[in-house]
Amino acid sequence: MADQVPIAEGLFTWPDESPALIGGQCSACGWVSFPMKPGCARCGAEHVEARQLPREGILWSWTIQGFRPKTPPYTPPESALTDHGEEKFEPFGVGYIQLAKDIIVEAHLTESDPERLQIGMAMELIVFPYRRNEQGNWLMSYAFQPQAGSQGEGAQWM
Amino acid sequence: MDVAIIGIGLHPFGRNPQRSGLEQGEVAVRAALADAGCQWQDVQIAFGGSTDAGNADALTNHLGQTGIPFINVANGCATGGSALLAAASAIRSGQADVALAVGFDKHDHGAFKVDPQDWGLPQWYGELGLCLTTQFFAMKIQRYMHEFGISEHSLAQVAAKNFSNGWLNPNAWRRGMRALTYGDVLDSPMVSYPLRKYMFCSPAEGGAALVLCRSDKARQFQRRPVQLKSAVIQSKRAGAFDVFSPYLVVDSVPSASQVASRLAFEEAGLGPEDIDVAQLQDTESGAEIMHMAENGFCDHGEQEKWLAEGRTELGGRLPVNTDGGCLANGEPIGASGLRQVVEICTQLRGEAGERQVPNQPKVGYTHVYGAPGLAGVSILQV
Ligand SMILES: [Zn+2]
Repeated sequence: MADQVPIAEGLFTWPDESPALIGGQCSACGWVSFPMKPGCARCGAEHVEARQLPREGILWSWTIQGFRPKTPPYTPPESALTDHGEEKFEPFGVGYIQLAKDIIVEAHLTESDPERLQIGMAMELIVFPYRRNEQGNWLMSYAFQPQAGSQGEGAQWM
Repeated sequence: MDVAIIGIGLHPFGRNPQRSGLEQGEVAVRAALADAGCQWQDVQIAFGGSTDAGNADALTNHLGQTGIPFINVANGCATGGSALLAAASAIRSGQADVALAVGFDKHDHGAFKVDPQDWGLPQWYGELGLCLTTQFFAMKIQRYMHEFGISEHSLAQVAAKNFSNGWLNPNAWRRGMRALTYGDVLDSPMVSYPLRKYMFCSPAEGGAALVLCRSDKARQFQRRPVQLKSAVIQSKRAGAFDVFSPYLVVDSVPSASQVASRLAFEEAGLGPEDIDVAQLQDTESGAEIMHMAENGFCDHGEQEKWLAEGRTELGGRLPVNTDGGCLANGEPIGASGLRQVVEICTQLRGEAGERQVPNQPKVGYTHVYGAPGLAGVSILQV
């Protein structure tokens, strides 16, 4: 079986049975950012520590990407390729998911039907095979999916 | 040192296959110089830029290589606003009496192409198809509609207003615009839910230029100078919900537009109630709606009432995007912000023809916004 590698190192915990996104927390002021990178966007301190973000959250906003983004930089997922290797673009959901009181992250959504998406619904993180790289390994990416049984309002932090 | 705008010039926006972007910039500069009644040799410092059409300082190959400092500006959608701020600062500091701000551009069809690394973003962000300004605007208005009860009806109404204004503007991208009505907007294909094709502006071509002068010398050149009361640029604050944000913070972080607006009013010693005519960035029609509130003209959610009463139409209390805005002009990134200033000067000078705002407007306002969360505001007065 082909190896599964994250689409970018340090983006989420992997391999992991219940993976989490990796944010950065500023050692000086506590500011949380995503993805993790050196340098705090709020205070400018250089040192930022890895912090696993919650795996569940609520849908804060969303859209459906209705046209194929330009390449580069866009690389279509394996699911957009037909058996003959031709690409057939399918609109995909994109959203902001509120994971905690202090952070909202941008992500693909597993759902692309506007009728089935609603601000405030409960969402959970999944890691899924996005496409194969030149070595034939799966590049794993992250997305959020509606939580089973979610009917509208999820957790609130207010 | 007070600063006045003594010359305005445009190259018509749209698709101009016969001219390079730089040539469109040259046409705009020559028009601005002629309007000011001065020569290129009178200009002592220049600032300008484009995103996809080359270096602004190459304009000296055409205009005359006079040896002046000509500084290239690359600030995305705020290129024109940044050039204006820099030119005004040069005059205020006493470095120059006459300065030029110019922007021009020429883009390919379709959405703008973005390299995430140019914006300090990781490559995967682009690979996954997340590095699109259209997505940001869609998710911002989606959240805004949810929080403040803005309707799809209003989105279509704003687009129809701007297309209708654009049709009265000989410099706008007119092709097909007459056909674009409220119904056309709502019937156009969904691009990025809830925004449809004709709710978005398109990349285009064009040029815009301003000649600025210290106010006490302005009348040597121009009978009707327009005073630049303030010019402000603000970049993104940590955690704000701006273009290209892989993360954001729930609340309490003002947008670049909100801060730029507040600072510009303070600098001018004026308030939103003093403004007679405004240009507000309408990358898509929802942006114009949100920017009405972010710039202090109404409360969040009050836009429904404003639009129902026609307050932002040509004869309304605060006409917005009288030249058709980005929606009817298209967006040549480098030129877009200065087009806004050209239109306000035209209105304040009473020279806007069929689209002239009635009752002799005295104070105008411009607001430009773009990637990666830059906003520019200017306030102008006659
Ligand atoms: Zn910090």
